[in-house]
Amino acid sequence: MRIGVCYSRIRRDEKLLLTELRERDHDVEKIDVRKHRFGVHEPPAVFRDLDVVIDRCLATSRSRYVTMFCAAHDVPVINNFETAEICADKVANSLALAAAGVPTPRTEVSFTKAAALESIESFGYPCVLKPVTGSWGRLMAKIDSRTAAEAILEHKETLGHYEHKVFYVQEFVEKGGRDIRVLATDGTPIAAMVRSSDHWLTNAAKGAETEPFDLDDRASELVAAASEAVGGGLLGIDLMETPDGYTVHEVNHTVEFKALDAATDVDVPARVVDWIERRVAAGIDAPEVTAS
Amino acid sequence: MADDPIMAEDPLTGDEIELPADVEVGEIIDSPVTGAELEVISLDPVVLEEAPELEEDWGE
Ligand SMILES: Nc1ncnc2c1ncn2[C@@H]1O[C@H](COP(=O)(O)OP(=O)(O)OP(=O)(O)O)[C@@H](O)[C@H]1O
Repeated sequence: MRIGVCYSRIRRDEKLLLTELRERDHDVEKIDVRKHRFGVHEPPAVFRDLDVVIDRCLATSRSRYVTMFCAAHDVPVINNFETAEICADKVANSLALAAAGVPTPRTEVSFTKAAALESIESFGYPCVLKPVTGSWGRLMAKIDSRTAAEAILEHKETLGHYEHKVFYVQEFVEKGGRDIRVLATDGTPIAAMVRSSDHWLTNAAKGAETEPFDLDDRASELVAAASEAVGGGLLGIDLMETPDGYTVHEVNHTVEFKALDAATDVDVPARVVDWIERRVAAGIDAPEVTAS
Repeated sequence: MADDPIMAEDPLTGDEIELPADVEVGEIIDSPVTGAELEVISLDPVVLEEAPELEEDWGE
């Protein structure tokens, strides 16, 4: 296959993927999106004659626009624009999960400090304030008191750009010091791990400890539902365990898998490429239907 | 020849550093001298630059 890989930075994840693709003799076109121009009238030359484009853009803004161009010019892309649009934005992500009936933490969005304070007071302390775009646990606040809430909101309102004036307030989930990351292709889990930390943020990027995790039926069911809620594809689905069962806090669309590859016995890049090959062979627009 | 280590100049310190044998363009490596992130700009000739700083929208 001729596979275009869009990137601006080759992380360990991209390196694993590129190596696996090349080992299988696929013809890999590395596309550094910083070097290209994307015209609106015709498909960018670099996308011509590719069987599929894999979007591995690290910058969410680039990922959204690259996949938008793919959609506009009928270039098959993993993951597609619709999925990128949802996953790139925490509000869209939460709305999609809620609409699909997937348990997700209670969340409210507001546009002023006063309204955000009302959300915070109604959730009670602690609660969580997240930026609507961003990752790796950056700029996330666990709010323990009204004075902290006022200060954080004032800082965001004064110092942040317009996106920081969209206040995404969420109930704090007592998750037992860990959360679960599942890598799934069209809803079928490839590998899963728990990420544990003494800190309330348990992102692998924040240095949480990782261990393989065996998904039970309920978790697998939620992974499938969460994947479907955002349009399927190669996704990282994050769950927390609560006394009332699992809750899915987000789905990531340019998922990193180096930590999962290291934490589990699964050959993650191989399983990912198996799926890409099947998807392309089956016609990329048709997500795989999971037998359940 | 194939086994010759790939050598490059650290753009921040001027030190001669060795790159992994399978290094490729676009890859980010940590400078063994300073720990700073360096981006591989080209391989022929081998050119490294200080990697772009983290942007707010980066991530998964
Ligand atoms: N409502 C919550 N209650 C308690 N802990 C939470 C809550 N939301 C998130 N966390 C913790 O914070 C971490 C980061 O959250 P989240 O995944 O929403 O942020 P992110 O920056 O988008 O991370 P990434 O994109 O890397 O997955 C989670 O791994 C989890 O440990």
